[in-house]
Amino acid sequence: MAKIIVVTSGKGGVGKTTTSAAIGTGLALKGHKTVIVDFDIGLRNLDLIMGCERRVVYDFVNVINGEANLKQALIKDKRLDNLFILPASQTRDKEALHKEGVERVLNELSDEFDFIICDSPAGIESGAMMALYFADEAIVVTNPEVSSVRDSDRILGMLSSKSRRAEQGLPGIKEHLLLTRYNPERVQKGEMLSVDDVNDILAIKLLGVIPESQAVLNASNSGQPVILDAESDAGQAYLDTVARLTGDTVPFRFLNVEKKGLLKRIFGG
Amino acid sequence: MSLLDYFRSSKKNTASTAKERLQIIVAHERRRRTSPDYLPQLERDILEVIRKYVDIADDQVSVTLEKSSDELSVLELNVTFPEDKRG
Repeated sequence: MAKIIVVTSGKGGVGKTTTSAAIGTGLALKGHKTVIVDFDIGLRNLDLIMGCERRVVYDFVNVINGEANLKQALIKDKRLDNLFILPASQTRDKEALHKEGVERVLNELSDEFDFIICDSPAGIESGAMMALYFADEAIVVTNPEVSSVRDSDRILGMLSSKSRRAEQGLPGIKEHLLLTRYNPERVQKGEMLSVDDVNDILAIKLLGVIPESQAVLNASNSGQPVILDAESDAGQAYLDTVARLTGDTVPFRFLNVEKKGLLKRIFGG
Repeated sequence: MSLLDYFRSSKKNTASTAKERLQIIVAHERRRRTSPDYLPQLERDILEVIRKYVDIADDQVSVTLEKSSDELSVLELNVTFPEDKRG
């Protein structure tokens, strides 16, 4: 039985796909057989972030409609043997995902994998609802910014009322907060909500804090999940995040501004 | 913060403004989320009934439903009457 984890946020552009790619890859690095499923029907992007866009033949909707089987649609990662991607369809309408079809595919994946990462589309339409419906755990990706925090709270409401676990009266989805694009300097200046501020408002367990980093754009430019850039701050922060997700206790890093020398402190920069 | 910034800065701390605004809106939206769908309509209906007798504004009636235990929910109705319209 696989553990199903949805990566969700409500708001777009906060880093869901970057996070899905990083965490899926991180779990595979730790030896867990992992599949990342792109639920963003019509706006496929996980394939680009994972660097396998030219190897897509069949997609999630083809499998649901019985036009291809899972083996044909799953793309095996070129870097890691135990990592697979199920791409979203590019052309079909968003209603192509329905509960019965999604459940059948997830059940089939569940027999073979340890982790299923569901990369949710933005918004609260059917695609996002499908991505979270079957989840056991949720990673709520949030930027330290008002609209993102509000939307995350909205999604937390959906997780606790619109999921299978909620409908069947099972124990609720385990919720994790992942704060991304964090800029400690702006937090120190009072220009950005701090980790504690966001935590006070959303009140769910903090899984990780990913600093705003050049490495993320570099990674997506080249189709390498940023977690593979182990030198970078964002890569290390994602490695810590994956370790926490699998039960390790790891101290939080990149929360504070690096100490500056005296000259810099006087003249700025 | 550099020394130059220190003399320049008279700006308000926007992060704390953001936090206060979020706390208010999130609390408001959570209350609405946990209350039944019929509550806003119930509130409007009650307002109409009271208006037959007393002239009150929209925001002078508030209806909340609080679940105090598994078996008991309390519907609380608050009507603020204008001072001179009493009786």
